[in-house]
Amino acid sequence: MNIVLIIISILLAISLVFNGLGTIGLHRFPDVYTRLHAATKCTTFGTIFLTFTVIVYSGTRYYWTGQSKFLMLALHTIVALIALLLTNPTGAHAIARAAHKMGYGPKQAVRDDLEGEDLKEKEEKEEEKEKKDKPVMMKKASKAEGAK
Amino acid sequence: MNFSNPLFIAVVVFAIYILISALRLFLGPTAPDRTVALDTINTLVVASMVALGAAMWEVLFIDIAIVYAILSFVTTLFIAKYLEGVEAS
Repeated sequence: MNIVLIIISILLAISLVFNGLGTIGLHRFPDVYTRLHAATKCTTFGTIFLTFTVIVYSGTRYYWTGQSKFLMLALHTIVALIALLLTNPTGAHAIARAAHKMGYGPKQAVRDDLEGEDLKEKEEKEEEKEKKDKPVMMKKASKAEGAK
Repeated sequence: MNFSNPLFIAVVVFAIYILISALRLFLGPTAPDRTVALDTINTLVVASMVALGAAMWEVLFIDIAIVYAILSFVTTLFIAKYLEGVEAS
């Protein structure tokens, strides 16, 4: 009884502390990406520990009483944990991708690593324009491709 | 029902966290900021549903938490897909 209560209290304390850190980070950081970093990671970690708390709580209750209701509660909580683990990082990645495509850059960073991808597309378009300006080069290229 | 259960206290603390995150939802200067705050609120609501279901011994609450998690994921993806086409103001 006592040991189980101590374990549940520790897991619940970890969950509450990390959820609180995520909520505070949502207000303290200057930028979309840093806010996403703080909020998503800390909240996912805290919620995982909350589900661990519930699994231990209902699992020990099932061990004591043997009623199938408590086992059902533990199993459904495991399903909720799997759903959270699958959906939460994917949603965060989608938000970051949308923010970068909208044009918001990192606020205090010197360089943006993802900016190079757009530049590559621009360079490819410029190369295509140059090929159109010189039809002789195009013919040679097409002959070379046909030979292959 | 025993209100001195630590899970009930956790639900109260989660409600306070949801209110603090809603402040960012109202204040947020850009649209992705608001989306991040909404995502955080959704995760906290799922956590409080699981805690409340365990505290009151209701399996139905946890089923609803699963459905809420998946629906909030679809909502987040839809908002993100919509925001990709919008220019930054």
